[in-house]
Amino acid sequence: MSESNKKPFSVREIREEFPALRQQIYGKNLIYFDNGATSQKPQMVLDAINKFYSKENANIHRGVHFMSQKATTEYEESRKRIQKYINARKSEEIIFTKGTTDGINLVAYSYGELLQAGDEIIISAMEHHSNIVPWQMLCIRKGLGLRIAPINKKGELLMEEFEKMLSKKTKLVAITHISNTLGTVNPIKEVIEKAHAVGAKVLIDGAQSIQHTRVDVKDLNCDFYVFSSHKVFGPTGIGVLYGKEDILDRMPPYQGGGDMISRVTFERTTYNELPFKFEAGTPHIAGGICLGKAFEFLESIDMSAAEKHERDLAKYAEDILDTFEGLHIIGEAKNKTSVVSFTVDGLHPFDIGTLLDKQGIAVRTGHHCTQPLMDFYKIPGTVRASFAFYNTRQEIDTFVAALEKSISMLK
Amino acid sequence: MTIEEKQQEIISEFSMFDDWMEKYEYIIDLGKDLPLIENELKTEDRLIEGCQSRVWLESKMIDGKMNYSADSEAIITKGIIGLLIRVLNNETPKSIVENDLHFIHDIGLQEHLSPTRANGLAGMVKRMKIDALKNIS
Repeated sequence: MSESNKKPFSVREIREEFPALRQQIYGKNLIYFDNGATSQKPQMVLDAINKFYSKENANIHRGVHFMSQKATTEYEESRKRIQKYINARKSEEIIFTKGTTDGINLVAYSYGELLQAGDEIIISAMEHHSNIVPWQMLCIRKGLGLRIAPINKKGELLMEEFEKMLSKKTKLVAITHISNTLGTVNPIKEVIEKAHAVGAKVLIDGAQSIQHTRVDVKDLNCDFYVFSSHKVFGPTGIGVLYGKEDILDRMPPYQGGGDMISRVTFERTTYNELPFKFEAGTPHIAGGICLGKAFEFLESIDMSAAEKHERDLAKYAEDILDTFEGLHIIGEAKNKTSVVSFTVDGLHPFDIGTLLDKQGIAVRTGHHCTQPLMDFYKIPGTVRASFAFYNTRQEIDTFVAALEKSISMLK
Repeated sequence: MTIEEKQQEIISEFSMFDDWMEKYEYIIDLGKDLPLIENELKTEDRLIEGCQSRVWLESKMIDGKMNYSADSEAIITKGIIGLLIRVLNNETPKSIVENDLHFIHDIGLQEHLSPTRANGLAGMVKRMKIDALKNIS
């Protein structure tokens, strides 16, 4: 569906779909600004969870009975819906995982088996621990080199430095599409082109992307793209690894068990084809089906209008926060999504977050699982407000007033 | 005053507050009043690592009674530490080990002791008790 055929973007109408937003905490209307951690769920996803367990619960891919067939069909329909949404060539390229972390670990283990001592992997200085630690583990296991592409103080990737690191030894570049801490949108298309020029594959950590912007894996030409359901309005415990078919075909299975096999004997086992080769055991069936519902919801949203609204919110918040004495915005990339991370001189982020919470405002405080990035800025952590398309300027006004009150109490 | 009497006193103080912000205003004031630990005492062995804010604890035994001093990077954590010190200081190791610190729950601050809160407080309460236990002969 082209964007122009969709309903006009209306925050008011979208908010009505999210029951979690209509509640009070500590006697105040909830303001949910922790969307970088997880998103709230629309009614159609909640209904789908209830419907699945009430009426359709059965195991998939193996039952002859009605319910099993129905669950299997819905699970596979969901896979196809996701394939279409991110414009993958085939549904076989959509692997269901537990989430972004699981997807990265799968690639680190399985693609890692194809690598040899002396090969190199490049990540960036702004990666989440999930896109650092699996590579460190792989490097230790296989004797590979891990190189870190640096960033500037604004939180932008230093493209020239990155290019200098690329060589024939580079076998994989693993980089985030959008930084969870800084909101930086990385120039991943350029990164992918440069990496491909030396024959390296590229994994994009998309945990912070699909909820904010349209992603087209064919246009990006990335080799792997990973994301989590719970950040894109679906249930927790499920996510997606997109991988190019020819690469996935060459990769050995990650986990062994049911569903991933073709034929098992004690002497020799042959593996199932894609995507099942990478989906051992009974999966999160309800999760997979309901993630499909979340994408159905996303299809109904004019994403370019939603993205504009989110960026307007961040700009609006930053313009006000800039006037606060001693407040520093962390992450000032030119191309930035709706994440506003900041510190206040002399105050600990934990204290600010605790007082905001008691005023009904949910933000995240701390290092956001990016400790090396905190070391780079020489700060213990930040307060992070991360907006979704259901947030409003009025909420930001309330947040600003609550922040002013918190700061005056703490000073 | 016994540990239990001190706990009851704090519970009654907190019952006078109408809302959360008043409670926190009081805790923040306690945090500001608590003397800082000298920097040379902020050593690795006194450090209780939280995910978000670090806490240091110094325990001493003086005349058969425990004497604690502590510090945190976060002022709210420090205020709660102030309450813990008020309850446990100048008490015998035995009574510290045996008494249940229920007042934190009763004044509604139990969230600060949950392991997910990761502010080092849960670890500090445990360390205070362990240090007392070490001093039971």
